[in-house]
Amino acid sequence: MSPALSGIVFIASLIVTLAVVHRPLGDHMYRVYTGQRHLAVERLIYRLAGVRPEAGQRWSAYARAVLAFSAVSVLLLYGMQRLQDRLLLSLGMPPVPGHVAWNTAVSFVTNTNWQAYSGESTMGHLVQMAGLAVQNFVSAAVGMAVAIALVRGLAHRGKEELGNFWVDLVRGSIRILLPIAFAGALVLVAGGLVQNLAAPHEVTTLTGGTQAITGGPVASQEIIKELGTNGGGFYNANSAHPFENATGWTNWVEILAILLIPFALPRTFGRMVGDRRQGYAIVAIMATIAVVSVAVLTGLELAHGGTVPQAAGAAMEGKEARFGVANSATFAAATTLTSTGAVNSFHDSYTALGGMVTMFNMMLGEVAPGGVGSGLYGMLVLAVITVFVAGLMVGRTPEYLGKRIGAREIKLASLYFLVTPVLVLVGTALAMGSPEQRASMLNGGPHGLSEVLYAFTSASNNNGSAFGGLSAGTPWYDVALGLCMAFGRFLPIVFVLALAGSLARQDPVPVSAGTLPTHRPQFVGMVVGVTVILVALTFLPALALGPLAEGIR
Amino acid sequence: MERLPGWVRRHLAALRALLVLTLVLGVVYPLAVTGIAQVLLNHQANGSPLFRDGHEVGSELIGQSFTGRDGAPAGKYFQSRPSAAGDGYDPLASGASNLGPEDVLDVLPRSGARPDTGRQSLLTRVCARSKAVGQLEGVGGGRPYCTVDGVGAVLKVFPVTGTPERVVSANQACPARPFLATYRGVAVECARPGEDLSAGRTVPVRGTAVAVVPADAVTASGSGLDPHISVAYAELQAPRVARERGLGVARVRELIGEHTTGRALGFMGEPVVDVLELNLALDRG
Repeated sequence: MSPALSGIVFIASLIVTLAVVHRPLGDHMYRVYTGQRHLAVERLIYRLAGVRPEAGQRWSAYARAVLAFSAVSVLLLYGMQRLQDRLLLSLGMPPVPGHVAWNTAVSFVTNTNWQAYSGESTMGHLVQMAGLAVQNFVSAAVGMAVAIALVRGLAHRGKEELGNFWVDLVRGSIRILLPIAFAGALVLVAGGLVQNLAAPHEVTTLTGGTQAITGGPVASQEIIKELGTNGGGFYNANSAHPFENATGWTNWVEILAILLIPFALPRTFGRMVGDRRQGYAIVAIMATIAVVSVAVLTGLELAHGGTVPQAAGAAMEGKEARFGVANSATFAAATTLTSTGAVNSFHDSYTALGGMVTMFNMMLGEVAPGGVGSGLYGMLVLAVITVFVAGLMVGRTPEYLGKRIGAREIKLASLYFLVTPVLVLVGTALAMGSPEQRASMLNGGPHGLSEVLYAFTSASNNNGSAFGGLSAGTPWYDVALGLCMAFGRFLPIVFVLALAGSLARQDPVPVSAGTLPTHRPQFVGMVVGVTVILVALTFLPALALGPLAEGIR
Repeated sequence: MERLPGWVRRHLAALRALLVLTLVLGVVYPLAVTGIAQVLLNHQANGSPLFRDGHEVGSELIGQSFTGRDGAPAGKYFQSRPSAAGDGYDPLASGASNLGPEDVLDVLPRSGARPDTGRQSLLTRVCARSKAVGQLEGVGGGRPYCTVDGVGAVLKVFPVTGTPERVVSANQACPARPFLATYRGVAVECARPGEDLSAGRTVPVRGTAVAVVPADAVTASGSGLDPHISVAYAELQAPRVARERGLGVARVRELIGEHTTGRALGFMGEPVVDVLELNLALDRG
């Protein structure tokens, strides 16, 4: 089989698997979030935490709980890093410097997992597994909880409560993420990922040199890093490292884990609003964008345009031999279409236009299918904007799933979409305006701008991948990107929850002849159009100065 | 408790919830996975170690440099891909070069300065590696966009637009002979180290060379620890290794076949040869 053909089969096999799995998984998540029963271990957690699981929360209480939990998470994670030399399993690592610890704490709590550090030389095992990996679970569960709260807002009839954040957080972690992670971790160990608590040990190589073989609880962290669309690597090389991604088939498993929950949540949404067709429409929008993106990116990398890829004969710089070009490109598309940011190959060395596709994927707001939870709520906000645009065209009051989209709703939806462009463009402009920050660029010319633009796009959209040539480990970048991550995560969450609250209050209006059906291909096409046009108008000028200038001669 | 303000109670509840979840997800879960993996999958969980005469010599999954003390390739061993991890294959500094597809201009070392004071572009690295591999294996090391002396074939043309008035071969330090005598009627100069050429237009020149050395032999991997090479690169090295070891080429090819991993299920990944396993097998005879 030729590399191109096997690459296509690789993509097709992932699509088929997702099509099969999304139903049972989506149904499982539906039961998790709507069930009345608490597991014994969950009741124990509620008692130890001192929260009442039966109490319903209005949107403002729900939002305050999300923010309180995240604030405490940042503080604890920051503290663990600063004190790691006094913790068990520190491997003799010194405390993490303040600006790096701040950046990393915000990064993992916001589900971004931007890494201003190199894992194998900065973090001890305890900080990795009891600090960073815990946030891999709970930041994902927070994203799902917010998405479910928005869905409840759409589904509820004149009832202000959106559920209970603590219940959604604990159930998402314990009943959805933990079982899949547990099984997946063992599968990955079978493929060659390491899982131990050992410090690096030296061996003498065949030619008499020395090499340090590293250890760590890697597999248990790797699986939740993909499943929770987090992306923070145990090692600096992330999923390109053979101990994080050992073979061609572990690569397949990891890509599947990235896409699993985001593509199943629309099913959960369809069941919760009592109309599965609505869920199919949402998943169709996501899949349309995703398939086009994967195909374009894989095609561009296989075509290896540009001087160095042409000289080398293939776009193999920064890519692993066991994955090859096609499967690396598929991973790159999956990781940037979601909020993952794990990499199995280094995007900085991609072809100019291939690298642009990874950036464009993030600029879409990561909605196709997006991060766990964040992808669904982002897409639902886009659906709200689309019915509004359609309503303007025909001069009717727009409604979505029987809920009127009035002035308050559309203001919140618009604010949601203004956050990341403002952060990305202002951040990039500030960095480019300062000679000191420009000095962090590794590559010259348009590619240098791409590195900075990528960094702010990645941080503000909570992705976490990088054009790694940028030396972003400076106090300025650590603070600036940390602020982008925090605002890029929590402002949209507050707007989404406020939107959910105002939708939840409404009694649904009956369907009439003038209602725009939101489950038909026409609507799917409209949302795809709105998404792409919104992004293109916002970011095209910046892309023209960076990757387009580099890639088009 | 009840008398505390609402926001304090909320944050205390959050802290307690986080601590309990840390215990479950950050301690019990990874330790349980570690315990099961250590019992059932001991070899993989501990890094898939490889042994020679009872001594651990590395891992199936972590590549190594097979060079002598002088840093030159050891002729009797198959060579790994170029590595950007530390000084090469350093697992404490995994990573890639992160150099972009249009990184084609070198910073030439000033005359008299040490040769490693400049900066090689990615293009020149590719060209230099190709030339070195070609010499080692006794095949042509040329490739597109490369000069015969193994640097990037890139011109700087002045002015940026219009008829060229001055043309410099940007990566060939004087007194090198430029890879092109003339460009659009203008004689091509060699580059004077230290001169700022940034005002010129960058023109990479493809040339007519066809690459014999495979792509993975001239590019650094993502991890810098890639344990594999392509089958084509292994085949290219087979005659040299056979000659150095006094073995038949057929025997070496047979060993390559034994240490080649095909695509999983026929479509996942690419066929590759594990270099350390292959070299160990050669040492065993």
